Amino acid sequence: MKITVAALTEPGSTVVNKTGGWRTFVPVVNHRRCIKCSLCEIYCPEGCIHQIEGLFVPDLDYCKGCGVCAHECPRKAIDMVLEEK
Amino acid sequence: MIAKEEMSLKERMARMKVVEGSYAVAHAVKCCAPDVISAYPITPQTHIVEHLSQFVADGELDSEFLTVDSEFSAMSSLVGASAAGARCYSSTTSQGLALMWEVLYNAAGMRLPIVMTVANRALSAPLNIWNDQQDSVGARDSGWIQLYAEDVQEAADAIPQAYKIAEDPEILTPVMVCMDGFILTHVYEPVELMSAEEVERFLPPYRPEHILDPNNPKTFGAFADPSYFTELRYMQWDAHRRALNKIETVAREFAEQFGRWYGGLIDTYHADDAEVMIVTMGSVIGTIKDCIDMMRSEGLKVGLVKIRSYRPFPTEALRKALKDAEVVAVIEKDVTVGNEGALLTDLKAALYNTPARVPVIGFPAGLGGRDITVRDIRRVVDKAIAARDRGIEAEMEFLSLREDLL
Amino acid sequence: MEKLLAPGHRACAGCSMPTVINLVLDAAGPNTIVATPTGCIEVTTTPYPESAWRVPWIHSLFENAAAVASGIEAALNHFGKNHNVFVIAGDGSTLDIGMGCISGMFDRGHNVKYVCYDNEAYMNTGVQRSSSTPPCTSTTTTPSGKVSFGNPRPKKDMPAIAVAHRVPYVATASVAYPVDLRRKVKRAISIPGPAYIQVNAPCITGWSFEAGTTVEIARLAVETCLWPLYEYVNGELAGVKKIHVKRPVEDYLKAQGRYRHLFRMKGGDEMIRVLQQMADENARKFGLLYEGDVTCTSGE
Repeated sequence: MKITVAALTEPGSTVVNKTGGWRTFVPVVNHRRCIKCSLCEIYCPEGCIHQIEGLFVPDLDYCKGCGVCAHECPRKAIDMVLEEK
Repeated sequence: MIAKEEMSLKERMARMKVVEGSYAVAHAVKCCAPDVISAYPITPQTHIVEHLSQFVADGELDSEFLTVDSEFSAMSSLVGASAAGARCYSSTTSQGLALMWEVLYNAAGMRLPIVMTVANRALSAPLNIWNDQQDSVGARDSGWIQLYAEDVQEAADAIPQAYKIAEDPEILTPVMVCMDGFILTHVYEPVELMSAEEVERFLPPYRPEHILDPNNPKTFGAFADPSYFTELRYMQWDAHRRALNKIETVAREFAEQFGRWYGGLIDTYHADDAEVMIVTMGSVIGTIKDCIDMMRSEGLKVGLVKIRSYRPFPTEALRKALKDAEVVAVIEKDVTVGNEGALLTDLKAALYNTPARVPVIGFPAGLGGRDITVRDIRRVVDKAIAARDRGIEAEMEFLSLREDLL
Repeated sequence: MEKLLAPGHRACAGCSMPTVINLVLDAAGPNTIVATPTGCIEVTTTPYPESAWRVPWIHSLFENAAAVASGIEAALNHFGKNHNVFVIAGDGSTLDIGMGCISGMFDRGHNVKYVCYDNEAYMNTGVQRSSSTPPCTSTTTTPSGKVSFGNPRPKKDMPAIAVAHRVPYVATASVAYPVDLRRKVKRAISIPGPAYIQVNAPCITGWSFEAGTTVEIARLAVETCLWPLYEYVNGELAGVKKIHVKRPVEDYLKAQGRYRHLFRMKGGDEMIRVLQQMADENARKFGLLYEGDVTCTSGE
């Protein structure tokens, strides 16, 4: 990589940094309980919960395991589970 | 092209108008048509921005003029405007420049080609509104290119040159055009006023490769950790190195089109056979030239090197210009408290690794607006000759220090 | 949908700031330029050669984002370009060191929307007091101690300062009320001229609360009336978020390490009473309660 004049940087380029490695607890979604309110997607600080084919799925490449999604889920459809690595 | 542009002296005289120095500068700025101007009033810079405000009010200049809350905001707003693709101008002096200090480094590091006039003035304390060059000399390490003007015409003509240097994609570095406060800003002199059409032929439009643009959303001002910082500083340093050539080229291009030449990085006066060389920058050059004329008629071989570009420092040009001198005297309107004059240090360093073993002495002078007289210049030359003949007595001494007050 | 702040940024796990940014950008859309001062945003989102931003973004210095944004807006005006110009800044750079530039930006009437994510201290440098730190808060420069309950001063009322500048749109918001926050951002954009929105944004590191409870803490700030949600349009109070059940301030305080001392120190109960009075005064001043609503007791 050649350095750029004035350190200009490309948009969204932090995606190379997989912050999933920070995680201790991993969110496990019980899709049957999910009412698709999208609060987990809205509140996720990583912006890494996406609706894929109708289901809300955390992108574990980036999920830091903060637990905000689980705590805010009105149906308690997300559990934070100690991750085996 | 030269032939087409060349004018007879008579034609040039006809174009001359007696105007205030600040007006001449403002007029030159107007001809460069900056998109955004942002400035804060401070003596002795105020007239420049007042004239520009009037041009805007009269519809002669289509610029956004920001009446900001401080010099700090002035330079900060230009960082934003320049990053958004605008040609930008400001002017300030002294305390205002000091208040900008943090933003000066930032603008240079972000490679934003802002042009600013500094109406040189002393720095407090004690408060003093008169001219010396402590303000801009103190900002010499900020990454800005610094050009110093000898007279009003040069201060005005340096503006389009400054934009041409700053905006060159190989340079992308802000430029300070320094002119002595009051002495040049408030004096009325006959000046050849350029026209916008002429400047348009001289100065290409500003077309930056990257700007703040939602269609190409770049990040400006990322932070760099130790693995990148050195290289980013090196790139600034390297741009200054390229500017050494660019400043010369642009000065020549200007001379070809407008018929006015002030030197490139430096200029010289009676330097070819000079035994005593004076090195200085700014408006004191006028007095020194008069003095040299007198001394020459008395048979004294005195010459002058005028520093036009203080940053980048014209090391090679100075080595060449001073290689045959028998003694060098630096007169400068600043002093580094705790060491010596900044130009003196820079010049000695430039000569150190050369075969030249010429004695160099220095004189902080004109501090806080004290006049530098013909008698003072003569005293400098006497001391220089004494240093040559009998060895250096004092490497640096304050010129015209009033010992009776101490 | 891809967020305008990309993942991979280095904000602490459970930080509310990236959520605030994405809510603001969701509402503002991609036709937006953002200026940000030095602080957590800058260091967590733009480590060269990476950037989390998918909108054009600029950082210059700690205290000048409002001036930088002024210049951007002036340049866009000059070129006849129509992009939203936002500042997204922390409370230290907003209420303290950047005040002069902000005052100038408001005063000149730039069409710049200024969003302050308020985590109530200098978090990037390690939780030092800012003038947005509430009273009785323990920070590293106003620590609680044998003879101190923490920060002795009230929060600087920045929204009131913005209103005093005749800023046409001034609002408070909370990360716990995303619909309200997005609506306020859109309303700010719809009103020409400067706008100021101060968003309550809990900091897990500086406030010291349980993992996962970031949004709940922010919600408690609103439900206790310590963080009233209101809007001023052209200097008039134009709307408040009413509270159905007003919670006692203890519910908010006891959930955070920065107030732990109030529950341990002699005289702490008196300080809690003072904070409760502040909350009650907010409720009265902004009319936050429905008629007949009652304050529920602690532990509800």
